[in-house]
Amino acid sequence: MREALREEMLRDPRVVLMGEEIGVFEGVYKVTRGLLKEFGPERVRDTPISEAAIAGAAVGAALGGLKPVAEIMYMDFVTICLDQIATNAAKMHFMSGGKLKVPFVLRTQYSLGRVHGAQHSQFFPSIFFQVPGLKVILPSTPHDAKGLLKAAIREDNPVVFIESGVLYRTKGPVPDGEYVVPLGQCDVKKTGNDVTIVAVSRTVIEALAAATKLEEQGITADVIDPRTIQPLDLTTILESVKKTGRLIIASDDVKCGGIGSEIAARVVEEAFDTLDAPILRVASPDMPVPFSPTLEQAYMPNAQKIIEAAQRLIG
Amino acid sequence: MLRKMIEIRRFEERVERLFLQEGALIGPSHLYLGEEAVAAGAIGALNDDDLTTSTYRGHGHAIAKGAPMKPLMAELFGKSTGTCKGLGGSMHIAIYPEKGSMYATAIVGSGIPIATGVGLALQKEGKRRVAMTFFGDGASNTGAFHEGINLASVWKVPVIFVCENNMYAMSTRADYAVAAESVAARAQAYKMRGMVADGNDPVSVYLAAKEAIGLARNGQGPTLLECMTYKLHGHGVYDRGDYRPKEEVEAWLKRDPIKGLEANLLKANLATQGDFDRIEKEVAAEVEGAVTFAKASPVLPFDELAEYVYVRQ
Repeated sequence: MREALREEMLRDPRVVLMGEEIGVFEGVYKVTRGLLKEFGPERVRDTPISEAAIAGAAVGAALGGLKPVAEIMYMDFVTICLDQIATNAAKMHFMSGGKLKVPFVLRTQYSLGRVHGAQHSQFFPSIFFQVPGLKVILPSTPHDAKGLLKAAIREDNPVVFIESGVLYRTKGPVPDGEYVVPLGQCDVKKTGNDVTIVAVSRTVIEALAAATKLEEQGITADVIDPRTIQPLDLTTILESVKKTGRLIIASDDVKCGGIGSEIAARVVEEAFDTLDAPILRVASPDMPVPFSPTLEQAYMPNAQKIIEAAQRLIG
Repeated sequence: MLRKMIEIRRFEERVERLFLQEGALIGPSHLYLGEEAVAAGAIGALNDDDLTTSTYRGHGHAIAKGAPMKPLMAELFGKSTGTCKGLGGSMHIAIYPEKGSMYATAIVGSGIPIATGVGLALQKEGKRRVAMTFFGDGASNTGAFHEGINLASVWKVPVIFVCENNMYAMSTRADYAVAAESVAARAQAYKMRGMVADGNDPVSVYLAAKEAIGLARNGQGPTLLECMTYKLHGHGVYDRGDYRPKEEVEAWLKRDPIKGLEANLLKANLATQGDFDRIEKEVAAEVEGAVTFAKASPVLPFDELAEYVYVRQ
């Protein structure tokens, strides 16, 4: 991610970063390490604790011709500036009759799985894909995080880029040299015949672990990471469901009105007759995130829950 | 300046008739009647390439910044020839980037941090351009106002925050809801200049704005400029403002900004009644031309709407 920010800042002088603790402190999770030193305080701008001002200033700076990347430290804090994202930025292009462009990226992260309690762990991406005009990115690997962030910065639309705090610790191959991951393309991480598992963000890791275990039981799975929810590459998902006839959707948001609900509804609308079994969602329960590490682990979607869902479908 | 004020007044009076008498327009619309001196004076002090942002009470700002009446009127009618192709409406009519009128928000206070961001872009550009944003006394009670002007002061961006204090946020009086001596006094808490101008006197507004703009251009940061003014009618086109004391309304009506400016111009021998008559005639023709244009214009086909949700890469 740091490489993506750095490369895009070198590539385009209009790219500026703004957010709390991103400069001197180099980011709460050190994503912006070294960037203040390299680019200076004009382009790496520490802000007061003012989420509405951070998001609003990013919108305004984009209107004024810059390409801001604003960071909101925890996804929970996005609610404080939601007005700027959902009611200003998302609608500006539309309600100006196509005249205005607000190209900026709002980076944030959710810390489910890091024992941060109810107010620092929430993951509610549906708020953003319920608002036409925003693009919503949920990377799950270092490769995609870099390539998608670069693509996001090059977008002419407002983009919400949601990282998983747990995934900051994951390692994975990142190619040398320039590459971009285009928005709206699923990554088929594993192929199989018996069940399709669509997973996003942190649950991609869980889905892959589940698929490996299921294989030992003779059940093979397609594991698909949509990587972006808006735009959503439904075609790849439908093709897989056509083959397997069974669909599980795993994601860290709560079940009610979440990513799973949306994908399930679209699959039913488009391909009901290809389904051999009900669609199952493996999501967080409809309650706030508990603090106790034991309870938090029980709360979260995991490989075991995905395995159980697959067994229920195939039985 | 007088011309701009008359343009705004006659445009708004015509809009009011289109709503109330002719039933030709529907939806929320917040008229600028009575506040003309603020837009004309403050925007009159800007250069053409400076940028403004506006609010849902934005017809006046748009006219003052140079948006032509035809697309403005067409927007009110929801027509494809409008400033926003009929997708914005009255509350976003002042989105006219062709003349540097960059945005108009319908969420009270939310334009303030956006102006800070526009200012940041202009500061970085280094061409000594400035941004000016308008909002009301009610907006100064929002969190966005306080966050936005604090950040503007921290970054010393070239922005003039113009508060149109018309004494009421809908029916809520500023002397009840603003827990400060004045809106301008709030600037002090953010190490920002606060200035007060007579918002019914375009010269007072112009001179104050000119000073604030000059300082902003020279890298001396933002100013909060409070202009004391009054709406001729109520909050929106359907609101008669009955909650305002009669004596107060009458006292402000005597201070009509257009009549005041005309009297001063006559007294100083800078214009004649004939000049005013000529302006009135020209403006009346322009307004009627805009109405005819708007009525004759087509509505955007619904099938095309999806094209406006995202910028095509």
